Amino acid sequence: MIAVLGLLLGVALGLVLKPDVPIGFEPYLPIAVVAALDAVFGAARAYLDGIFDDKVFVVSFISNVFIAALIVFLGDKLGVGAQLSTGVIVVLGIRIFANVAAIRRHLFHA
Amino acid sequence: MTEPGAETVGQPNVPAGAVPSDAVPSDAVPSDAVPSGDLARRRLVRGLLHPGRGQVVVGVLLAALGAAAVTQVRIAGRDDDYAGLRQADLIQALNGLQAASRRTEQDISDLQATRDSLRDSNDKTATALSNAQEQLSSLGVLAGTLAAHGPGVRITVTVPDSHLSVNLLLDGIEELRDAGAEAIEINDSTRVVAQTSFESAPGGINVDGRVLKSPFTIDVIGDPEGLTTALKFPGGFVDDVSLDEGKVSIKQSQNIQVTTLRKAVKPQNAAPNSSG
Repeated sequence: MIAVLGLLLGVALGLVLKPDVPIGFEPYLPIAVVAALDAVFGAARAYLDGIFDDKVFVVSFISNVFIAALIVFLGDKLGVGAQLSTGVIVVLGIRIFANVAAIRRHLFHA
Repeated sequence: MTEPGAETVGQPNVPAGAVPSDAVPSDAVPSDAVPSGDLARRRLVRGLLHPGRGQVVVGVLLAALGAAAVTQVRIAGRDDDYAGLRQADLIQALNGLQAASRRTEQDISDLQATRDSLRDSNDKTATALSNAQEQLSSLGVLAGTLAAHGPGVRITVTVPDSHLSVNLLLDGIEELRDAGAEAIEINDSTRVVAQTSFESAPGGINVDGRVLKSPFTIDVIGDPEGLTTALKFPGGFVDDVSLDEGKVSIKQSQNIQVTTLRKAVKPQNAAPNSSG
């Protein structure tokens, strides 16, 4: 319940405060959001499996975001930033689909 | 929520936190007496109704995620598409725009050339059309298919018993043509053109199948002075008619009306030589 409230609070804050993102970080924000989404779905799956641990979640959340941003940053430095962001998005998307499939099996047996 | 102390619902061998949360294969769920779906739902309900301390951290991270996601949606929906682009992307976009600009300029010059040529041909067509119309009206006056008006003379020939010889009338008309007559009409009913025929007929003169009687009224458009002189010179039309005991009166006018029309006839046998 607290988690859901936190999500809603964050959305509300983002809508109300309209935070400005520094130009330098703009390419990384979408990647970070998708990486965080991946961590969240993984956590939900683990929770339904009964093996959820908040420390693991925090670490995986932060490291997901950090590594995703790092890969894109490296890609930018190497001149293949656009391609690498696409690659990261694809990989994370596949993982999100797999996690959601597991959650679905847990909740609906289907 | 998932602290070991809170785990009381019949799942003794779940290694809490032992596995990375996002890397658990689905078959890692311990087989249990209770079906896994029921277990999962029970956990979900319990997490929603009795949140534990661990959910605070989760809530904070989700709040960050929500704010970031909303911000990203706002950025992505913004108008200035180029603000967050990389240098390479910007160069590519610039190249694309330049190529599009070149193509558009090419299109512009093509269309301008087309417009110019169309305008040119339009001008030519208009000139040809006005030339043709001019020619049509002048030829129409000559062929008798158009009514005409202008300066000229009105000649009235009165002879006793309508006895005017065809040769005399033809001579008179030839003199008028020689003096530059442009349109001739007799008795307000017969137009005299190139094909007009004259024959003597009992009681008058047969002009184009119509018998005309005295007095003959000849409307002629042309230079009034010249026409008058052409008829009045010694031994000319006026003298000849006087010899036949007739009377000629010539009235000059600035507005002679020639209104009788002839039907244009297509030549049956004569074919024009090309591009005469």
